[in-house]
Amino acid sequence: MKIQQISVFAENRPGRIAAPARLLAQEGIDIRSLYLADTAQYGILRLIVSEWERAAALLEAHGLVAKVTEVLAVEVPNRPGGLADVLGALDGTGINIEYMYAFPCLRGEAAILIFRFADVDAAITRLQTAGINLLASDELLKK
Amino acid sequence: MNSVLESTATDCHAASVPDYTPVDELRALQLHRLQTVVTRAWRQVKLFRSRMDERGLTPDDVRSLDDIRRLPFTKKIDLRDTYPFGLFASPMKDVVRLHASSGTTGKPIVVAYTQEDIDVWTSVLVRCFAGCGLHRGDIMQIAYGYGLFTGGLGAHYGAEGLGATVVPTSGGNADRQIMLMKDFGVTAMCCTPTYFLHLIDRAAELGVDMKELPIRAGVFGAEPWTESIRRHIELKSHIEAFDIYGLSEIIGPGVGCECRRHDGLHIIEDHFYPEIIDPETGEPLPEGSEGELVLTTLSKQAMPMIRYRTRDITRILPGRCECGRTLRRIDRIGRRSDDMLIIRGVNVFPSQVESALLEIEGTLPNYQIVLTRTQGLDQMEVLVEVTPQMFNDKIGALQDLHHRLQGALDHVLGIRVGVSLVEANSLERSEGKAKRVIDRRAS
Repeated sequence: MKIQQISVFAENRPGRIAAPARLLAQEGIDIRSLYLADTAQYGILRLIVSEWERAAALLEAHGLVAKVTEVLAVEVPNRPGGLADVLGALDGTGINIEYMYAFPCLRGEAAILIFRFADVDAAITRLQTAGINLLASDELLKK
Repeated sequence: MNSVLESTATDCHAASVPDYTPVDELRALQLHRLQTVVTRAWRQVKLFRSRMDERGLTPDDVRSLDDIRRLPFTKKIDLRDTYPFGLFASPMKDVVRLHASSGTTGKPIVVAYTQEDIDVWTSVLVRCFAGCGLHRGDIMQIAYGYGLFTGGLGAHYGAEGLGATVVPTSGGNADRQIMLMKDFGVTAMCCTPTYFLHLIDRAAELGVDMKELPIRAGVFGAEPWTESIRRHIELKSHIEAFDIYGLSEIIGPGVGCECRRHDGLHIIEDHFYPEIIDPETGEPLPEGSEGELVLTTLSKQAMPMIRYRTRDITRILPGRCECGRTLRRIDRIGRRSDDMLIIRGVNVFPSQVESALLEIEGTLPNYQIVLTRTQGLDQMEVLVEVTPQMFNDKIGALQDLHHRLQGALDHVLGIRVGVSLVEANSLERSEGKAKRVIDRRAS
C-alpha cells in the first residue's frame, strides 16, 4: 500500500526546480505528481515518479540531496464530505498527518490524496478498517 | 617640558608628559620595565617559567632591549590553553576586573587587571584622546559595547580620566545614538568605524545632517579600516577621524593612536614595547620592514604579556612625528597574518563556525562565510550545504535545523549572523578545496 515518494531539497531561486525535472526527463522517467513545499529561502520538492529507485539514484548521482519517503495514496469520494469522512476515520486515534496534498489525476470519479503519516503502518490499518481505499503503487501509476 | 606642553596645548593633557620623553631616557625606562615584567612573569606564570627554562634563560639574561628577541613568544592559543586564569601573575584578591573576548573556539580569552593596571589603562587612553585634540569640556559618546568587551569600559574610563563629559550609550539603537548626539551636543564619538558609517547613513534617513551637529572628532578602532573610509567619514560628517589601536590581550584600546598629524599611530611605548617580526620565521625584521607586530606589556601586573603575537601586519615608521612626541609610530593595520575576521568589532574565527556546525550535526557540512557591508555595517552570513543526513522531508524539521544552527552560531560567536541552507555542492570550491570565506566588504 505504501507509495515511495522522492523529496528533493531545493533553494528558493530561479532554475532550481528545472534541474531535477530535466534530469528525470533525460532518463525517460515520468513525473506523475509534483508538489512544492517552500519557505522564503528553500523548499522541498516532492515527486511521485514512474520508477522511484532509478530516479533517486539518478538525482543523488548528480549531487542532489534526495530522500525516499513512504506515503499513502488515499481514494477520496468526489462529493461534499468525502474528505471529512476520510479524516473522520482518523479522529481519536492519535495518528498524526505530517502533510498531505492532492494527486493531480482523478481515478474514475474519485480524487486521490497523498498523505504522509508519522506512523504509516498504524494509518494503513486504521484507514482500511474504516473501509477507505488505499491505492497500491501500480494502481496509482497506471495511466 | 613645560614649554613643550604650552606650545602644543591643543593636543595634550597633564598625563601626556611621557609622550615627549627624550628617546634615550625612554629606552632606559623601557629596559628597566622590561626586566621588571620579565622577572614578574618568570616568578608567577608557570608557562612562561617553563619556556624560559627550556631556553636556559633567566630574567638576568635581559641586559639590553635587544635581548628581548631571545625571549619566548606568547600566542593567543596560550590564553586558550590556560583558560581561564592560567596566565595570571597576581592573586585573585588583587584582580579588580576581568574582561573576555572571543577565542578561536567556544571558550573566550580572559584578561585580568589589577587596580594599577586599570589606572595605566585609563592613563594611556587619556594620552590617546589628548593626542586627538580632545580635552575637558568635550562631550564624548562611547558607542563601543560595554561589558566583557574591552572597548566600551576602556574608552569610558579614558574619557572620564581626560575630564570629558561621558555619554555611555554602548552599542546599538542608532536612532537613539543620533538623538543624543544632537540633543546633548556631543563633540566626539568613540565606536567602530563601520558603526559610525551606519550612523551617518541613518542620520541622513532621519533628516539629520551630521555636518551641522557639534561633533568634531571620532576615535575609531577595534577593526581595520582604510583611508578611503576616513575620507568618506570626514566628507559626510565634517569631523576629524582618528584611528586607535588596541587588543584585549595587551590591555584593550589605547595601545596606540593617531595624533593630529594622522601619520601613523603612536604606540604608548613606555607601557607597550613593539617589535616587528617575520610571521613565518619569527625572526625580528630590520627597522621599517613590514611584518607582524609583537607587543610586550612593560607594566602589566595581573597578566603580563611577553612578546605577544598580535597577528596584525604593519611596520614601524621611520623618523620622528612632527607633533613632537618621541613615541614611535606604526602604520595603520590593514591586514592580519591569520584567518581571524573582524565583524562589527567582534573577533570571529572560521574555526568557531565549524565548532558550532559540528555541535549541531556531529559531522561537518560544507559551509561558506560570506561577508558584506550594508549601510556601512558588516554583515556575516553562513551558507551551509544540506547533506543527506541533515535533510528531512518535512519543512518544519528543516526550519528546526535552521533555528538550531542559528542558535549555535549566535552562542559561539556572540554576534547575530545570517544562516542559509543551500543545496549540496553549490558552494564555490577552488582547486577542490572549499573556499571558506568570501569577503565582499571592500567592493
